[in-house]
Amino acid sequence: MSVTTLPPTETFRIGMLWTDTRYRSSTIQVIALFIVMLLGAFLINNIIVNLAAQGQDFSFGFLTEPAYYDINQRLIEYDSRSPHWKAALVGILNTLLVAVLGCILATVIGVVAGVLRLSKNWLVSRLLAVYVEGCRNVPVLMQILLLYGIFIEILPRPKAATPMLDGAFVATNRGFYIPSVISHDGAGVVLAVLVASVAGIIYFRRWARARQERTGQIAPVMLVSLGLLIIPTTIAFFAMGSPFSLEYPELKGFNYKGGIHMRNSLVALWLALSIYTGAFIAEIVRAGIQAISKGQTEAAYALGLRPNRTMRLIILPQALRIIIPPMISNYLNLTKNSSLAIFVGYMDVTGTLGGITLNQTGRALESILLLMAFYLTASLLISAAMNKYNESVKLKER
Amino acid sequence: MKRNFLPVALGAAMALTAGAASASTLEDVKARGKLNCGVSTGLTGFSFTDDNGEWQGFDASVCRAVAAAVLGDPNAVEFVSTTGKTRFTALASGEIDMLARNTTWTFSRDADLNFTFVGVNYYDGQGFMVPKALGVESALQLDGATVCIQTGTTTELNLADYFRKNNMSYEPVPIETNAEARQNYLAGACDVYTTDASGLAASRASFENPADHIVLPEIISKEPLGPLVRQGDEEWSDIVRWVLNSLIIAEEKGITAANADDQKAKSTEPGADTEIARLLGAEGEYGAMVGLDNDFALRAIKSVGNYGELFEEYLGESTPIGLSRGLNAQWTDGGLLYAPPFR
Repeated sequence: MSVTTLPPTETFRIGMLWTDTRYRSSTIQVIALFIVMLLGAFLINNIIVNLAAQGQDFSFGFLTEPAYYDINQRLIEYDSRSPHWKAALVGILNTLLVAVLGCILATVIGVVAGVLRLSKNWLVSRLLAVYVEGCRNVPVLMQILLLYGIFIEILPRPKAATPMLDGAFVATNRGFYIPSVISHDGAGVVLAVLVASVAGIIYFRRWARARQERTGQIAPVMLVSLGLLIIPTTIAFFAMGSPFSLEYPELKGFNYKGGIHMRNSLVALWLALSIYTGAFIAEIVRAGIQAISKGQTEAAYALGLRPNRTMRLIILPQALRIIIPPMISNYLNLTKNSSLAIFVGYMDVTGTLGGITLNQTGRALESILLLMAFYLTASLLISAAMNKYNESVKLKER
Repeated sequence: MKRNFLPVALGAAMALTAGAASASTLEDVKARGKLNCGVSTGLTGFSFTDDNGEWQGFDASVCRAVAAAVLGDPNAVEFVSTTGKTRFTALASGEIDMLARNTTWTFSRDADLNFTFVGVNYYDGQGFMVPKALGVESALQLDGATVCIQTGTTTELNLADYFRKNNMSYEPVPIETNAEARQNYLAGACDVYTTDASGLAASRASFENPADHIVLPEIISKEPLGPLVRQGDEEWSDIVRWVLNSLIIAEEKGITAANADDQKAKSTEPGADTEIARLLGAEGEYGAMVGLDNDFALRAIKSVGNYGELFEEYLGESTPIGLSRGLNAQWTDGGLLYAPPFR
């Protein structure tokens, strides 16, 4: 056979779909797709047939009917005559509340623990190693139940509790009470001044950065920002005659009234989720920092940068590229783990829509579908937001 | 092989789907040789496992009576423990043939969930339990109280209605199981524990110092508890209904597990009660009307005893729960138990 010979023209035979390696993978994929579609069709058909056999329809009409149950923690107006969709909304807001609080605290705990684990102090780094290995290897449900159990068994009953900090803070076995802020006439002016100050700070920072890039001069950004934030607002606060005051919790009847009531269930869930997820984040942060070559630090020092600027301008921007993607997974995990709330009686969306509503209306399929749709949407939104952020810190190839 | 796959898969799918639409429940149970019966996960007196791991209790006995009537063996029962959340799905999906789990008979459960409640085996009502030290004597003094409540039950709805009606506020602490409710209540994380009065009595009986707790006099709801089956199989619902009625009639007529055979033998003598003869299968062909033999009620009574015997054994004043008959006495004693005539 010589090199110049043309390849023989092949006739396509049906058997070649399997025997010819060029086609085989496509054939397998088509078959696999077929099986998946068949399974999906079977499942849907099965649901329709079985629902019909039980004489039940598939309808979301129950959402507009009154819920008839009360929810203890509600961020919006809700009573037992509100419709089921509103009960679901109360639950969604409760889920989001604990998820947002949890993500923030977990990040703080994780970053501090991750950095401290790299400490040269033997005791500090060992202690943090114990925290990380201890907390990430125990199921989060146990940690939630443990914290909740500690709160209800060890903290005093409301009538036996002693208010702390001049009555501002009370810890009882039904939750923690902190003062709430009450606004009077003129509060709007103070808020407006605050918003204007924040806008001013953003503008000043842009200006300082532009000037630094132009002239190389560094402005005292931190000091000026702090001054802008505090001074005008304080002046406005006193000029308007102190339009904000604090409401302290007071014991009335069975319970403390007034102030903000942070229920045991919320605090236990929040702390446990944060401590658990923080342990994972600590490892991510440690890995991110350790992944940056020591030469980078040395080069920065050689250029005369101070340690904190080296960290802020050289190490962290590079470490973030490694830290952000696994961080997204942990935020998603925390959000989904918050569905364990029912074990401590925290009324999240799994407790309202997926619990009481499902049970009282018997609309299991509809409720669970809605619930899954919510978690899917929430997770995708968190992913989208974090990916956007990741996009902004990742290596820019020019 | 590959060419044959599609028709095979379609055929399998259709066969499986067809399997979902089943024959009658009675035939299924007979073919299986076991009755699948849903009970609670454990509630003192009503359904609990004894030292040998056997299910016992007031509700579990209803399952055993049905198994004795249908299969001739009170032990031919596969008990399936269900929570407040899973019970209806288990019944609707056919995982269990009947549910005997202190379930309140309500309009929407009957009509919308498509179940048939076959009767009432315990007339209950929702009550409140508080520590004596609280100094509360009436539920109307509970404004602002923190209330522990089992989530997913009718008690949750009654509570909301009661406080709304009386213009009082409260803080609900939703709790998943009876054991957790007990922990919260005893630790003082809630002032009040509310559930069906029988459940309160059962919980209180298990406390270290039952005397330190009182059940308030107010009963805020009607809770007729009874067994239920899927709607649409009338033969099966008739069987379960009349097994339950047989136990009630047996008490009314003085038939016990011990004397049932004697009663049957004597029932054909002149001057005997003919309803006893019909009930125990000495006269007529009543069993055939529900697809069973004539001794079905006799077997049920012989295996678990009559209603009164069951009550005394599991809930009555000689047990730690110590419930009096109250509403659950026979109609002849001023109670609500009134079984339709067996004829």
